Amino acid sequence: MTHHTPSGHHPSLSQLGFWRKYIFATDHKIIGLQYGITALFFLLFGFCLMLLMRWQLAYPGEPIPFIGKFLGEGRAPGGIMLPEFYNELGAMHGTIMVFLGIVPLVFGAFGNYIVPLQIGAPDMAFPKLNMISYWLFFVGGVVMLVSFFLPGGAASSGWTSYSPLANIASLGQTFWIIGMFFLINSSLLGAINFIATVIQLRAPGMTFMRLPFFVWSQLVTAFLLLLAFPPLEAAAVMQLLDRVAHTSFFLPSGLVVSGEPLQVSGGGSVLLWQHLFWFLGHPEVYVLILPAMGIIAEIIANNIRKPLWGYRSMVYSVVFIGFMSFIVWAHHMYLTGMGTTISAFFQATTMIISIPSVIILTCLFLSLWGGSIRFNVPMLFTLAFLPMFGIGGLTGLPLGLSAPDIYLHDTYYVIAHFHYIVAPGTIFAIFAGIYHWFPKVTGRHLNNLLGHIHFWPSFFMMNCIFIPMFAQGLAGVSRRLYDGGEQYTFAQGVLPLHKMISMCAWILALAQLPFIINLLWSMFNGRKVSSDNPWEATTLEWATPTPPGHGNFVKVPTVHRGPYEYSVPGAAKDFTPQNEE
Amino acid sequence: MELMPYIVKERPDTGLFNAKLGIWLFLSSEVMLFGALFSAYVLLRTGAPHWPHGSSILNVPIGAFNTVVLIASSVTMVFSWAALKENKFGKFKLNLGLTILLAFVFLIVKAIEYGAKFEHHLYPKTSTFLAIYFTLTALHALHVIGGIVVNGYFWGPGARMWQAEPERFVNRIEIAGIYWHFVDLVWIFLFPTLYLL
Repeated sequence: MTHHTPSGHHPSLSQLGFWRKYIFATDHKIIGLQYGITALFFLLFGFCLMLLMRWQLAYPGEPIPFIGKFLGEGRAPGGIMLPEFYNELGAMHGTIMVFLGIVPLVFGAFGNYIVPLQIGAPDMAFPKLNMISYWLFFVGGVVMLVSFFLPGGAASSGWTSYSPLANIASLGQTFWIIGMFFLINSSLLGAINFIATVIQLRAPGMTFMRLPFFVWSQLVTAFLLLLAFPPLEAAAVMQLLDRVAHTSFFLPSGLVVSGEPLQVSGGGSVLLWQHLFWFLGHPEVYVLILPAMGIIAEIIANNIRKPLWGYRSMVYSVVFIGFMSFIVWAHHMYLTGMGTTISAFFQATTMIISIPSVIILTCLFLSLWGGSIRFNVPMLFTLAFLPMFGIGGLTGLPLGLSAPDIYLHDTYYVIAHFHYIVAPGTIFAIFAGIYHWFPKVTGRHLNNLLGHIHFWPSFFMMNCIFIPMFAQGLAGVSRRLYDGGEQYTFAQGVLPLHKMISMCAWILALAQLPFIINLLWSMFNGRKVSSDNPWEATTLEWATPTPPGHGNFVKVPTVHRGPYEYSVPGAAKDFTPQNEE
Repeated sequence: MELMPYIVKERPDTGLFNAKLGIWLFLSSEVMLFGALFSAYVLLRTGAPHWPHGSSILNVPIGAFNTVVLIASSVTMVFSWAALKENKFGKFKLNLGLTILLAFVFLIVKAIEYGAKFEHHLYPKTSTFLAIYFTLTALHALHVIGGIVVNGYFWGPGARMWQAEPERFVNRIEIAGIYWHFVDLVWIFLFPTLYLL
């Protein structure tokens, strides 16, 4: 392993103290790892909230074994979960998974670590802003966690915080808003940094059509964050004022709460909140999935040993998705009675945006054709991603049309649909990415056997959890009930599935243990990499020392070709790195 | 390798130095932030059975005076940047100082306006019009304060960079200027929307 010694007046990493090096770090790789570790913690925490909810759904009204008595009388008297606590868990599961788990992982962690390496840059364009982004994210996460210990508990109005319910909710909602301010501003700074980095810091020869697809996906994601988050910030300002300054932005006239008329000026609009929320909310969906597609594309190209099929159409598709995602938001609002004309418009845009998604997925599938596939652990997760994302995407089509959506919208069908995209979709891509890039980050491989023990149960359990939910949803079981629909006769036929789903969710939790053990064990004891490019990949991150030092490259790389030159006819080896003459 | 390229000089193919791209990206997000609030204004107004005429509640002459103050501060901001280009540091100090002074004038006038509203028991909670008025103008005032902090730094301790890295310092003033013009521009939209319509 060679280590790069930076020249000039910049202090080298070894000269910096512990605090500047690891805590208030400005190096994009350290910040990427900070994001990764923090977000993995939140991902686990958000998952645990759901495991608690699953008990209540499977065995409503029965005391939670073991942990029930530690939850406190205010949350679960005698170990039996209160409806209010169930609502807190639901709202915070969504908030934590989306804003503190997945986005920081795919964008903050993978984006930060990999993007500068793949474009041949020494760091992000604004290293100090990068540090501020991370710490804003961290504070936002702490505010969200602290809110569980407030009187009245954490936010409980759903991750969407619909007004007027959120306006009259307990103090936890105010904390949710304040936490969101931190997270939004963190994302905004991060987005500015990513775009500036990709546009300004590409190495000589790295033209836009030579960028790896992962970089393209991150670039589009950054634009989505940059332009979609500010409206949510505006909405959060208004909701905060509604709560603390008693304005009526989202409170219509004549509102009655607990039998008492609400003493406010009125004249507000509840739909205004939903429009502003979903104006963020829909691009956010693509923030969750596009970087995952980027990771998948990198791993596929590397493990099929041939170029991606249709790189250009994938790039055009991802850019088109970026534009379209700003004009589909109201398909989350068919139930609100916006009117058929508006519904028809959003129906049409929603059908249109599914086309580029299908193009990308089709290109990835067709890439497999005729490849000599290496079935290593990252590739297993990748191959699982493709059909799982396909199921998630195709089951979304009925939800994009207002007539079936009115029936399906409030049922478990929706839960199953978007979890297929985010859980066996994005989270599998995250796992794939961790197994793929771990050797570059640490210089060691993750253990293969533990990887298989992680993959196979996770893959089966994910499907056992979410396929039954489609059945429950089609039977009409509401996704918002704290007892899982026990009081409804029409739901009785599919209710036993709750027990099976919960059981599978707990087994899924157990299946994550080998992964956690693998991460900790392999960091120090894993098999050492044989070279700087153990996967024999073509992209620039593998042209750095392992692990990359401060400043990344020993000398500025020059790019001579596209990102996926595998098995070039007549070449000496089956991969031709981008920086090779 | 040099650790961070294009801090001072432009990248030839994009024609930008890093921070200039950064500030434009930041402003695009600001457009979305204020745009969302303007949209909220439109939606609330079109949905309201009765919406007051801005001039019946707000003081138009004071608002107009503040508009002139902010436009003047944008002019002095450009002068301060041009002075650096001409290598006249004293003229730069004078003009940037004037910019900061005018920003303070704007805030003081705004505070007097707010005070007059509160005296008449007109609060954000009084009506939806006042709610959006206070929200938009207060958010704008926060941006003015941000501008004062940034310009104050470049007028005071930050000006030392002029000795060591003059080109980079000129870039910084240019960026602060772009931001300041944006703050000015937001007000130019706010004034007619809230006071005149």
